[in-house]
Amino acid sequence: MALRISLKINGKMHELALEDARPTLLDVLRERIGLTGTKKGCDRGQCGACTVLVDGRRVNSCLSLAVSLEGADITTVEGLADGETLHPVQAAFIENDGFQCGYCTPGQIMSAVGFISERDGHATAEEIREGMSGNLCRCGAYAGIQDAVMDAQLRMSNEGKS
Amino acid sequence: MTDKPMVAAHHVRLGSNAGQPMTRRDGLAKVTGTATYAADNRPDGLLHAVYVEAGIARGRVNALEIEAALKHPGVVHVMTPDNTPALSQNPDEKTTPFTARIDVLQHDKVRYAGQPVAVVIAETLEAAQEGARLVTADYEVEPARIGFDNGEAFEPQAVGMSTPPVFSKGDLGSARSEAAHSVSAEMETPLQYHNAMETHAVVAEWDGDRLTVDMPNQAIGLAKPGIAAYFGIPAENVTLRSPYLGGGFGSKAVLFGPQMLGILAAREMKRPVKLALRRDQMFGPVQHRSATRQTVRYDLGRDYKFKAMEHQADVSTSSFDDWLDGAANASLSVYAVEAMKASHRGFRFDTGTPGAMRAPGIATGSAVVETAVDMAAEKAGMDPLEYRLLNYADKDPSNGKPYSAKALRECYEEGARAFGWKDRPLKPGLMRDSDGLLTGWGMGTSIFHAPFFPAKARALLRKDGSARAETSGADMGQGAWTALWQMAADGLGVAADDLDFDIGHSDLPDGSIAGGSAHTASAGGALFAAGNDVIRQLAEIATQDKESPLFGAGNERLVGDGGRLFKASDPNVGERYTDILQRAGIDEIEGKGRGNRDKASTETYAMFSHGAVFAEVKVDPDLYQIRVSRLVGAFAAGRIINPRLAKSQLTGGMIWGVSFALHEEGIHDKRTGRPVNNDFAGYHIPVLADVPHVEALLVDEEDPHVNDLGVKGVGEIGITGTVGAIANAVWHATGLRTARYPIKIEDLLERSIARKT
Repeated sequence: MALRISLKINGKMHELALEDARPTLLDVLRERIGLTGTKKGCDRGQCGACTVLVDGRRVNSCLSLAVSLEGADITTVEGLADGETLHPVQAAFIENDGFQCGYCTPGQIMSAVGFISERDGHATAEEIREGMSGNLCRCGAYAGIQDAVMDAQLRMSNEGKS
Repeated sequence: MTDKPMVAAHHVRLGSNAGQPMTRRDGLAKVTGTATYAADNRPDGLLHAVYVEAGIARGRVNALEIEAALKHPGVVHVMTPDNTPALSQNPDEKTTPFTARIDVLQHDKVRYAGQPVAVVIAETLEAAQEGARLVTADYEVEPARIGFDNGEAFEPQAVGMSTPPVFSKGDLGSARSEAAHSVSAEMETPLQYHNAMETHAVVAEWDGDRLTVDMPNQAIGLAKPGIAAYFGIPAENVTLRSPYLGGGFGSKAVLFGPQMLGILAAREMKRPVKLALRRDQMFGPVQHRSATRQTVRYDLGRDYKFKAMEHQADVSTSSFDDWLDGAANASLSVYAVEAMKASHRGFRFDTGTPGAMRAPGIATGSAVVETAVDMAAEKAGMDPLEYRLLNYADKDPSNGKPYSAKALRECYEEGARAFGWKDRPLKPGLMRDSDGLLTGWGMGTSIFHAPFFPAKARALLRKDGSARAETSGADMGQGAWTALWQMAADGLGVAADDLDFDIGHSDLPDGSIAGGSAHTASAGGALFAAGNDVIRQLAEIATQDKESPLFGAGNERLVGDGGRLFKASDPNVGERYTDILQRAGIDEIEGKGRGNRDKASTETYAMFSHGAVFAEVKVDPDLYQIRVSRLVGAFAAGRIINPRLAKSQLTGGMIWGVSFALHEEGIHDKRTGRPVNNDFAGYHIPVLADVPHVEALLVDEEDPHVNDLGVKGVGEIGITGTVGAIANAVWHATGLRTARYPIKIEDLLERSIARKT
């Protein structure tokens, strides 16, 4: 009983045949489509490493069944840069050293992109700390993460992007 | 005696790359999702494996019911002890100090909850997961031994990697008899699980008796022969790839059962297999930090200086292996004291075996030592910083050796100034913030040893001016891709952008272990030496070439920098590398290098990084909820290769200190031995909101003895000092001390009620 679904990911349509409804968006991205930038840290919505944007909103892809996302617009970390030009959040993470091992980073970055748009680019440092607290970083790169989100927010408002 | 060394013995000049706050060379890959971690690999024909873990902590598997799993669509095989072939090397044999006894379905005994008892292999991850859920086990259960009240005590042979479990110096009894005062801190620290964000994973593919393994690993040079021995193949048949580790913290330095099961499954199925641990499976077979129960007693003279110190630690390990956290050795080299004794007692718990976890020994030990030191300062009626200076060690008190370098006074001074420590009231409970929260300031001393491992590296300079450098190395987030790259470029005298640099797989020269805060010094030293070896050969060619401006300059010091070889005495006299090679008709020069630490220095000097951490906490006066509002650390760790990355390492370590002091605790049910909080909802680590302000200052320090380049480590020291600083700040806010970490609301409440009644 194959389920045929089509997912729009980073602007591109993917036709998939799933044997049943079990596969999560995270596992479909990683194991079936080969978009492995999105990471699995806990598989139960507690760490945020798998954060992607669905219709512009940040969601834990490990808690989303792929079959429920027919027709949705999904953005992963691979779809963020504009060709060779990094998204301001990506650039800010590099310049502010907002990561160490890099494993939680795709989730942090997607979460930051979603967060900045939720707050229209006007978040205070305290709101950033609260709003980014669904993304765990075991290396403890939080000082850089906070600076990166602050910096990205500023860059985006300067560019009129948020 | 001054803290700064008088003579820079064999201090080497690094080039223009080291010392720069370069952003991460692997940054682009990491922010675009193209950095390939082990489980990101998907070779053709891949099967997925999920193991079934034991639901008891001690006993035996009587029977496994696997039929339902085998019937599940997509499941192709279930490995059990009945159908799993013997490994070529008994996994209970310890062939090196880095070998752990592991569980690879070689017997039906259960030694801890979470031990693999079967492996389900399927065409899809979903089928493997469901298959694993469908396997049921019938156990013969023996009572679990969890906690110091139930664990079996034993006298250990060694603690840490191979340190004697008992140490003493001087006459403790006579020093005590002359003492005027005494303080004693008794505290417990819990089991802590490393929980790197990337769970342990393996993708294994066999081609006859050749094996390719994608597996995050901190010690590729050890893993390669280790894997080969288990599977009975020559080491050269193993290719191990580990370009990026999603965190390690010590837990990815040795080989573990689950990953060997993935490799075994691939051999059995004759297809590539991926096995990645679930988060809950991280609380069993892949190590943790030992639980400890410690007593630190200081006896003080009439002048309140330390006369005697005794540090006793009860430390947990498993029932079947012997790794013990060396907590009681944390007190030996930090403060001046006339007589000292440190001792450890082992306790067997029915858990997986512990191992090295970020700042092993020192993190646990210093958490209690710094508490005891503050208790002594309180007794002396002195400011904690002033009191630490009173007991400042100018020589390592455990052996009388001078420190290779020790800028701790400067750390105290710069950290205190940045924090604003001088305004601290002596008595506790006197500060409130504008919201009425109890506010406290505390401090701790940071210390971490500076080991050195025998790493090797290779460097290459080609006729067209391109260069390459390589060592197996490992970047688990500390920044090896960047710092080692900078050092390699300086060794060759080229710009980092002109260097083709490679680490993270087993075809490269052994870069030794990324651990012990020794990787930058060890592997970086090797890379620098390999580059220098190339330059030495290049200089030989140039000085014998009549057409070279350097002809006959063989007795002069020549320097390679910016792709040009020139006289140190006159940089204008020289020429480009490409000119030298092209004229000589040489296609490429290969250099080999090993890092170097002078043997005599090792015997003469005590080698440590140092630091001072200052913490501010806010405590709710009614609920005793605790927040760390500010953390400032100042650290001296010799030559800093990349200040941007070094600060990140240090603040990351300090956040581990917050986690140790207030958050982390692996709890096992005392009846069943099973972990009860084996996920991120139950096992708490700090989030961004928990660490609003963390700052690390780098204090200049020149260490002429620690190794040729004067480099020490920064990866682990941040956690030491921080834990005690937070506990001391909580005391300063509330006047209360608790008997265990993490510091809990209920413990503070209980003590506060006891104080009132």
